[in-house]
Amino acid sequence: MSLSAVPVTANLPDLSRVPVVDEVGVNERVARFQSRSIKADSKVEALKLILSMIDLTTLEGQDTAGKVRQLCQKAIHLHDAMPDLPHVAAVCVYPTMVGIAKDTLKGHDINIASVATAFPSGQASLSVKLDDTRMAVDAGATEIDMVISRGAFLAGNYALVFDEIVAIKEACGDTHLKVILETGELGTLDRVRQASDLAMHAGADFIKTSTGKIQPAATMQVTLVMLQAIRDYYYATGRMVGMKPAGGISKAKLAVHYLVMLRETLGNAWMTPEWFRFGASSLANDVLMQLRKQATGVYQSADYFSKD
Amino acid sequence: MAIPDNKLAFNDGWQYSPAPESIDHIKVNKKYELFIGGDFVAPVEGKYFDTINPATEEKLSSVGLASTADVDKAVKAARKAFGPWSRLKAAERGKYIYRIARMLQERSREFAAIESLDGGKPIRESRDVDIPLAAAHFFYYAGWADKLEYAFPGRSVRPLGVAGQIIPWNFPMLMASWKIAPALACGNTVVLKPAETTPLTALKLAEVIADAGLPPGVVNIITGAGDTGAAMVNHPDVDKVAFTGSTDVGRIIQKSLAGTNKKYTLELGGKAANIIFADAAIDQAVEGIVNGIFFNQGHVCCAGSRLLVQESVADEVVQKLKDRMETLIVGDPLDKNTDIGAINSPEQLATIESYLAIGQDEGGEMFQSSCPVPDQGYWCRPTIFTGVSQSNRVVQDEIFGPVLAIQTFRTFDEAVSKANNTPYGLSGGIWTDKGAKIFKMTQSIRAGVIWANTFNKFDPTSPFGGYKESGVGREGGLHGLDAYLKLEAQ
Amino acid sequence: MATAAEGKRLAVAKTYKIYIDGKFPRTESGRYFVLEDKKGAVIANICRGSRKDFRNAMVAARAAQGGWAKFSAYLRGQILYRIAEMLEGRREQFIAELVLQGVSARAAEKEVDTSIDRLIYFAGWADKYQQVFSSVNPVSSSHFNFSVLEPTGVVSMLAPETSGLLGLISNIAPTIVGGNTCVVLASESLPLCAISFAEVLHASDVPAGVVNILTGFRSELIEHFASHMDVNAVIFCDGDKETAKAVQEAASINIKHVIRRTDTDWSDQSAQHPYLVRDTQEVKTIWHPIGT
Repeated sequence: MSLSAVPVTANLPDLSRVPVVDEVGVNERVARFQSRSIKADSKVEALKLILSMIDLTTLEGQDTAGKVRQLCQKAIHLHDAMPDLPHVAAVCVYPTMVGIAKDTLKGHDINIASVATAFPSGQASLSVKLDDTRMAVDAGATEIDMVISRGAFLAGNYALVFDEIVAIKEACGDTHLKVILETGELGTLDRVRQASDLAMHAGADFIKTSTGKIQPAATMQVTLVMLQAIRDYYYATGRMVGMKPAGGISKAKLAVHYLVMLRETLGNAWMTPEWFRFGASSLANDVLMQLRKQATGVYQSADYFSKD
Repeated sequence: MAIPDNKLAFNDGWQYSPAPESIDHIKVNKKYELFIGGDFVAPVEGKYFDTINPATEEKLSSVGLASTADVDKAVKAARKAFGPWSRLKAAERGKYIYRIARMLQERSREFAAIESLDGGKPIRESRDVDIPLAAAHFFYYAGWADKLEYAFPGRSVRPLGVAGQIIPWNFPMLMASWKIAPALACGNTVVLKPAETTPLTALKLAEVIADAGLPPGVVNIITGAGDTGAAMVNHPDVDKVAFTGSTDVGRIIQKSLAGTNKKYTLELGGKAANIIFADAAIDQAVEGIVNGIFFNQGHVCCAGSRLLVQESVADEVVQKLKDRMETLIVGDPLDKNTDIGAINSPEQLATIESYLAIGQDEGGEMFQSSCPVPDQGYWCRPTIFTGVSQSNRVVQDEIFGPVLAIQTFRTFDEAVSKANNTPYGLSGGIWTDKGAKIFKMTQSIRAGVIWANTFNKFDPTSPFGGYKESGVGREGGLHGLDAYLKLEAQ
Repeated sequence: MATAAEGKRLAVAKTYKIYIDGKFPRTESGRYFVLEDKKGAVIANICRGSRKDFRNAMVAARAAQGGWAKFSAYLRGQILYRIAEMLEGRREQFIAELVLQGVSARAAEKEVDTSIDRLIYFAGWADKYQQVFSSVNPVSSSHFNFSVLEPTGVVSMLAPETSGLLGLISNIAPTIVGGNTCVVLASESLPLCAISFAEVLHASDVPAGVVNILTGFRSELIEHFASHMDVNAVIFCDGDKETAKAVQEAASINIKHVIRRTDTDWSDQSAQHPYLVRDTQEVKTIWHPIGT
């Protein structure tokens, strides 16, 4: 099918030279973030901010309407015993479940993110991916999380990867587009940087690390490289792009380190759910337990926090 | 990359709350005597001096002021201990030194806290770098004690005798380990003087040495200032002098030793060039700049205090550096989030501030980060100078503070020429993705330690020391044994 | 085994198992042999290890080797020092075990003390042998050329027959300090210390699979130690010329390194030196251009 409606390679950045990223240096910078000690008021503030940034996720082959309803219930009622909690940013589900989510979340200010484009592998034709996207948008998704074609990327077919993102973005209309790079399949940090630049130039509103379906999922290392790509793109064009690490962030302490990294790389403007998300499921309860511990001084048990 | 009007803002919104290291478990005596002959003994003339916390200007302790008579006592104790110590089975000497290493590891948090209190460096640095490295040095050299015959083909080795060692205030405990560990491993005995502003961790080390059961007199630790040091250097029964400090004092020491038979090693100042090529991993190179000049308050002899950046990426590098500087936290050394601690003394702060004035007077453009600093104590924000060249004093002189002089270059040869255009030759840094260029650069720079795509990395196995006016001799590694041995034909 | 004297407490007899992958299984074959003291009294039933035990140990040793080699030299040195600390703590136990197996008390004390000090000796080589045996090579072209040592990989080891503790340690320590992992067959006549030493290893931060210790009959197992295709080097201590020849022939199927150590008085100072480390190291040489 023709992509001639879209000005395809107008903004394709020069990817003939792979940008240089030094892995050892990245590891050292990450280690500095991890040695920050976030205590007291700054810890409570961070934990609440993290809650507000969570895309509460279920993406299983075995998902059903019942499962998704439970997830949405949890999104609405994180932990009623604690008042003044922020709500999560979004739920994230498969396109077939978007309708259920929309009904359950009616009247609540929680986004509905849907994966699309033959998630997680992305191994399908463009027309299938477009249909997948349109179905999710029509069902009520306010955000689309697409996957790039990693095979094409690794084979050097950057124009194809670029064109696909442009086409999906067009199919999204006003719906926000997150582009999943699947960093665990890209090999080195150089390639993560390259894929980030490509996705942003193709029109991504957010770049996202992973599908969460393979190991490794999100790491602080790939996230740092992506945040630096976002920063350089912002300097060059003035356009802000958001960031979503997804998968493997189940502990509040780790999420706080991500916030430190975000703050020291991009600064205050990105420190909101509008520009940063955590793709997670069990993270929410760990954050709640930490908040409760801060409030009471007592270490918590998982028995007291609902598992949905 | 276009330089943005789009700015990043780092200083509002979420801030880090204070995260103080708890110090209720540490023990600092109100008064310390001199450690001579295995005991803490009062100085002969009964004089003491204070050591203060440069972050609060509060007194921490009084320590003995060693007079010439005390120096003499210490050297005599070291001499008396030398015979039996050098005649011990080498493996047994090694086991004593292993004990010091292990005990340092066990008491590491206390040592780290005291190092930060006494000297001003952030607890994160003393906890994560200084003290672990110090323990590692003892561990490394302990293992050489009974293996010296493998380090010098064709030579048999003997210890020198009594070593007089004078160390600086920028890495007090680490410098003590760099001096004591190899000296003992090679069968020598030691008289060590810590810097007058940072005596405490050396005195705590004396406690470790006593608790580890080392024979009395093998290590003697005497506190004092310049006069004490001079008395050590000039003492006729010292066989070897080891000094780390400024080039000016190094000159005086070398002159004093002329005509004597004393062996000496000197580890002096530096003004290292940190060179960034256009094909470097820029973000990691910026971190390398920060590592090279801002951590430890720039109180580092091998600091990357001159940045040479290839002109085509200069604007990008400087912008990213300024962004990074805005995220550096200057403050209480005992706060776990502090990146840059207190300047070690009012004298050093005055020196730094005079250079800030000189730099501006000479036409340089100065930029400092905007972070808050506490009211009490000695502080300097991270600072850069642009618009300066080889002729500027801030480019030539060692400032020993968190102050970076930035110049651009166009070609490889120009970078080499500028890097070498200095009387110093301690260290250098090179940032490029191209391997061949790294090795050509390392061949060309006249410095004793060159970091490629990294900076300020130290390891007990890695020799360290300078060319030219940065000193003579090497510390660390196999090469570091040389300083403490007499090599004889077999 | 001793009967309890009247009114005295009955001792609990120790079961000696083998040590594979950080665990203490019995031999999968279920077989045993009896270790007797000089008077013919039973000391213990010793596992008569099988080729399958050896095979399982090899799998563990291979799995552990990559990670062990990636530990920093400093860390490996500290771990070996820790083994010495743990052995020092159990000094009396090991002396008693040697005496039980017929060694004189005085010789047993000396053997245990020397063993501890030997561990410390090799701990100290961890971050130094590279400096002594590597080189930068002054080639005549514009290249930076350097040679470094790398561990050969997995080493099978037939421990000295007549030195149950010191001989064992004198072969294990230099092998693992260089980043290799090993599967060891203990002395047939002096097997107890080897198994107790496995317990010491287990308490010393040595990762599972780095050292695996089997007991059994050398005559049954030697062909597997020598022929297994995933063994990189075989260390063969003591034994006669015919057996040595058989080991060489078996090893040749995949060009293993064969290291023969005989006639060594392990108790002498001359028995400890860094060439024991070098024996299980490869040399890798790397070239890189120098230029702009």
